[in-house]
Amino acid sequence: MTSDHAATHDHAADIDKQVRIYITVFVALMALTIITVAVSYVHLPLPAAVGVALLVATVKGTLVACYFMHLIAEKKLIYAVLVVTVVFFVVLLVLPALTHSNGYWIPE
Amino acid sequence: MEIPYTVAVRRDTGLTNGKIGIWLFLASEVMLFGALFASYILIRTGVPSWPRGDTILNVPLATFNTIVLILSSVTMVMAWASLVRNRFGTFRLYLGATILLGAVFLVVKYFEYSHKLHLGLYPGTSNFLAIYFTLTGLHMLHVVGGMAVNAYLWGPGAKLWKTNPEWFTNRVENSGLFWHFVDLVWIFLFPTLYLL
Repeated sequence: MTSDHAATHDHAADIDKQVRIYITVFVALMALTIITVAVSYVHLPLPAAVGVALLVATVKGTLVACYFMHLIAEKKLIYAVLVVTVVFFVVLLVLPALTHSNGYWIPE
Repeated sequence: MEIPYTVAVRRDTGLTNGKIGIWLFLASEVMLFGALFASYILIRTGVPSWPRGDTILNVPLATFNTIVLILSSVTMVMAWASLVRNRFGTFRLYLGATILLGAVFLVVKYFEYSHKLHLGLYPGTSNFLAIYFTLTGLHMLHVVGGMAVNAYLWGPGAKLWKTNPEWFTNRVENSGLFWHFVDLVWIFLFPTLYLL
């Protein structure tokens, strides 16, 4: 009975710690949102603007996935599914990015 | 017949069936949105000029909506944490807040859309507006879907808490995974469409 009680106490302490992390992540997400909007008003050249926007969005996305979606501590099978997904997702995005400005695969 | 592995984990996967199911579904969703993002890149790189999003779209409204969705992700995860802490009343408050924040997002989007249509800016007006309405429209449908599941878990679905609290907690976690994914998609949509 005593050990059960101790286990429950540990579990409660664990979730309290989790909740503190959620609040920290929330503050970080808000700060990053302000940064990305503020940078857009600077009117950087397009390649730099794309770089900054994607970097900030990736950091925000990683925070959501790792902490809100608990990917920081998940089972191997879920990581395996996501690795395959990420590979195909990157291929999907890189293919059109490799096309030339004339809209064809071969340069003008 | 009882649904297997709702609470107990399968020995081969190390997971409940619901958990692996929602992640496989989210993987397919990544590819769905991925195809549309790829279309966006293809269309944008294929034309000599492209308008900056902020010359057509309302950045302050979209920033407000970004904050609303991030807040809703926090309330969603807090709803799940409340169940883990065995606090059903708090769970209802947080999940209710999540649903309301989803509704706020939709109302803001309604004003954005109606303003565009009022100005005669339709999906057929330009490539930019076509991809804007397609991507945000599909995302909006996901918000509606997530709200419907959350509303079920807040209302009639919550009866399960009395008979099988662990199963109910897992359902809320899985619904949360979908909701966070919807937030994650918006995190990328916002700069892509509004800021670049």
